[in-house]
Amino acid sequence: MTIAPAKAGWRFRQPSVIPGFGLTLGFSLAYLTLIILIPLSGLIWRSAALGWTDFWAIATDRRTLNALEISFGAAFIAAAVNVVFGTLVAWVLVRYRFPGRRIVDAMVDLPFALPTAVAGIALTTLYAPNGWIGHLLAPLGIKVAYTPLGIVVALVFIGLPFVVRTVQPIMEEIDKEVEEAAATLGANRFQIITRILFPGLAPAIVTGFSLAFARGVGEYGSVIFIAGNLPYKSEIAPLLIVIRLEEYNYPAATAIAAIMLLLSFLMLLVINLAQSWSRKRYG
Amino acid sequence: MEVRVANVRKEFDRFPALHDVSLDIKSGELIALLGPSGSGKTTLLRLIAGLERPTRGKIFFGDDDASQKSIQERNVGFVFQHYALFRHMTVADNIGFGLKVRHGPSRPPAAEIRRRASELLDLVQLSGLEKRYPAQLSGGQRQRVALARAMAIEPKVLLLDEPFGALDAQVRRELRRWLREIHDRTGHTTVFVTHDQEEALELADRVVVMSQGRIEQVGSADEIYDTPNSPFVYSFIGESSTLPVKVEDGQVWIADRPIGLSAPHAPSGEAVLYFRPHDVELLDGCSGCIAGTVAASRRVAGTRRVELEIGGERQRVEIELPVDHPAAQKSRVAFRPRRWKLFPAA
Amino acid sequence: MADPEIKSYEPHHESQSAAVTESLPVRLLLMAVAFAFLVIFVLLPLIIVFHEALAKGLGAYTESLSNPDTRSAIRLTLLVAAIAVPLNVVFGISAAWAIAKFEFKGKAFLTTLIDLPFSVSPVISGLVYVLLFGAQGLLGEWLKAHGIQILFAVPGIVLATVFVTFPFVARELIPLMQEQGNGDEEAALSLGANGWQTFWYVTLPNVKWGLLYGVLLCNARSMGEFGAVSVVSGHIRGLTNTMPLHVEILYNEYNAVGAFAVASLLAGLALVTLVLKTLLEMRYGAEIAATRGH
Repeated sequence: MTIAPAKAGWRFRQPSVIPGFGLTLGFSLAYLTLIILIPLSGLIWRSAALGWTDFWAIATDRRTLNALEISFGAAFIAAAVNVVFGTLVAWVLVRYRFPGRRIVDAMVDLPFALPTAVAGIALTTLYAPNGWIGHLLAPLGIKVAYTPLGIVVALVFIGLPFVVRTVQPIMEEIDKEVEEAAATLGANRFQIITRILFPGLAPAIVTGFSLAFARGVGEYGSVIFIAGNLPYKSEIAPLLIVIRLEEYNYPAATAIAAIMLLLSFLMLLVINLAQSWSRKRYG
Repeated sequence: MEVRVANVRKEFDRFPALHDVSLDIKSGELIALLGPSGSGKTTLLRLIAGLERPTRGKIFFGDDDASQKSIQERNVGFVFQHYALFRHMTVADNIGFGLKVRHGPSRPPAAEIRRRASELLDLVQLSGLEKRYPAQLSGGQRQRVALARAMAIEPKVLLLDEPFGALDAQVRRELRRWLREIHDRTGHTTVFVTHDQEEALELADRVVVMSQGRIEQVGSADEIYDTPNSPFVYSFIGESSTLPVKVEDGQVWIADRPIGLSAPHAPSGEAVLYFRPHDVELLDGCSGCIAGTVAASRRVAGTRRVELEIGGERQRVEIELPVDHPAAQKSRVAFRPRRWKLFPAA
Repeated sequence: MADPEIKSYEPHHESQSAAVTESLPVRLLLMAVAFAFLVIFVLLPLIIVFHEALAKGLGAYTESLSNPDTRSAIRLTLLVAAIAVPLNVVFGISAAWAIAKFEFKGKAFLTTLIDLPFSVSPVISGLVYVLLFGAQGLLGEWLKAHGIQILFAVPGIVLATVFVTFPFVARELIPLMQEQGNGDEEAALSLGANGWQTFWYVTLPNVKWGLLYGVLLCNARSMGEFGAVSVVSGHIRGLTNTMPLHVEILYNEYNAVGAFAVASLLAGLALVTLVLKTLLEMRYGAEIAATRGH
């Protein structure tokens, strides 16, 4: 290995004595391109090849619109539920000391580790009209399984760790002295939480929301069992893609996928902007 | 091994860290690179090691152009500021690492590596700690292991980056003496970086004073301290007092009075007078001296520091007096620097 | 090398002063709500898996697990994970080395691209391969002419799994290696080690627990992946059915015990993963701390 004198001016990378840059970057890029980028651009190319009229016809199809609405709507509601309860769970885990805290903490990751199909059949069995939870709700006239509400329940399950694990570390970093300072200045506990703690946690909460939301929009395995999958009523967009594929209707499947990607991308963009706004404001 | 740094320039992102630096290091010499942070001393050390590549210029080890060699080929012993000990390896494995990674016949057998490691541990006075992990050592012990590890590869040059920077004052002083002994015993050409002038002056054969990416002065402790050749070196090394003066007819003037210092070779005009606060001669009368009113007086260990206001413009200057010197209480003190230097006014 | 000071530093005080915590009733209420939520949404689903699997006794349970189709689903799942995980480990190490050890233009963008599969629906992850390799796909004709079967066969399942689990190892290692800096590597190089030796003797031991953590999560996801695999598998019993797909088939056939028996194995895998993950976090928290949770 010989070393050529470094050239001044613009350079692709800073010189370094550490070897292996070309090899590792080259391999990583090649692998990334083959596994991720080429297949994904295939999707975009195929949907572009559809032509505008066809694309628009599929996009504005009643069934497509309903499926998208159900996926995005349920994911939004579930993420909102998780923001409330996930933040509460994080708070309890960070602030309170109780026996078995480690186990409770580990439990939060279960939805992440449990295969979605398993979660799907388990939740369905729990919330079916004769299930452990379902039979308690049935007399109240609440039906969860095989309704849109079931979709929300499944997405709450899936999204929980995303909110807790995003908010928890930020909560742990909160300097207790800031709270004590607020207390010495006469703030009561409620004021401290809403005026001092919450603004500091807002960016993390927004991030957790967006992660849970993004995951919920695309979720398939845990939902299809509990949803009932009635077209126009409880049929999620990923399921519609699968149905179109099974009908060998590739153009429709491609178009719905492209719309989903686009919408997710737009929402993440909006959320990113909201996040940088709140970071600027609250530091 | 002699080391020659020839017209080296180093830029990071177009920001120059070193401008055209040249330095000759003699074989077996112990050299200190001394300067404030951001002066480029660590960059220079890393360039010699081969951890960075010069933007321009060359570095020679003996007659070999080392700039063309990779870090592995340069065979330098580098002691990192935070030691960079491999925390999952024992002390012995750390020291033996450089030998273990060699290829073919140059790689000693395992028993030989072990023997060398324990020999080096003896040298750094840590015998018996072979099986410890870095986390089980004190800061000073880690420092010694790092040095032993660097010496295990029989380096041509030993390079130390702020070797005592992370240690307590007490340990620092001990290790300083110990490093000097090791150097005298092994005779490695050694370069170390420090921001501590006491360390540099006490330990090194020659000190390289650096500032803002340039070498200000190279010399022995005496040369650097007694004949600083720039205002920076004068004020960076030791204590210094300054006064704005005027040079006319080979005489130094403050306001309208000559102060009894002749500077026959200095150009006429505005200048700044530098001297050491303790290196002054106290005078009674004042014809050709600096005189001022005591504005403040503080006791500093064995001496007394007084701050004098001088002339109509009330320039303040510090000098040192013996504690019991009557001048300390007088409201008016006259003195003349014994050793001094003039630099052009900025 | 942690200073003793840093070692003894406890970021969280065991007891909060009265001024900065809620009153006891409020505390109890908040804890009760949080626990109730976790029990309903997390614990009950887990319990019912085992409850249903054993609903007709241990005999029915073991019998449904010894079914040949179930066995072949287990074998396929293990095979797919055995291919997908090592591939993503090699990629993860390679990407982390390039990204953490060097400064180059476009690094942030590359890091974002690596996370891309996380924001894509699993169904779409499968769909992209159908569009590429399917009968109507871009390479479909060519593959058919050469007699290569990717879709509705093991290669397709592996590809979809690799896609979905792509970021796990890399995103674990990147922040960890960035945090550790280049000091140890520079030291090894200055002692004469070559690049490979530096990686093998110095870098890898420094990140081994983080790597194991990433492998654990990557493996759990690759064995449990449903949506992406469902699209590319073709659901051929005994041939292209992975365990999660087999759960679906059995469930749709109203074979609850069979479905939950297979599901209980997957739930067991999830539990083992969680236990190991928690142990790693407890024991080697500092060495994998760069990222916790996902």
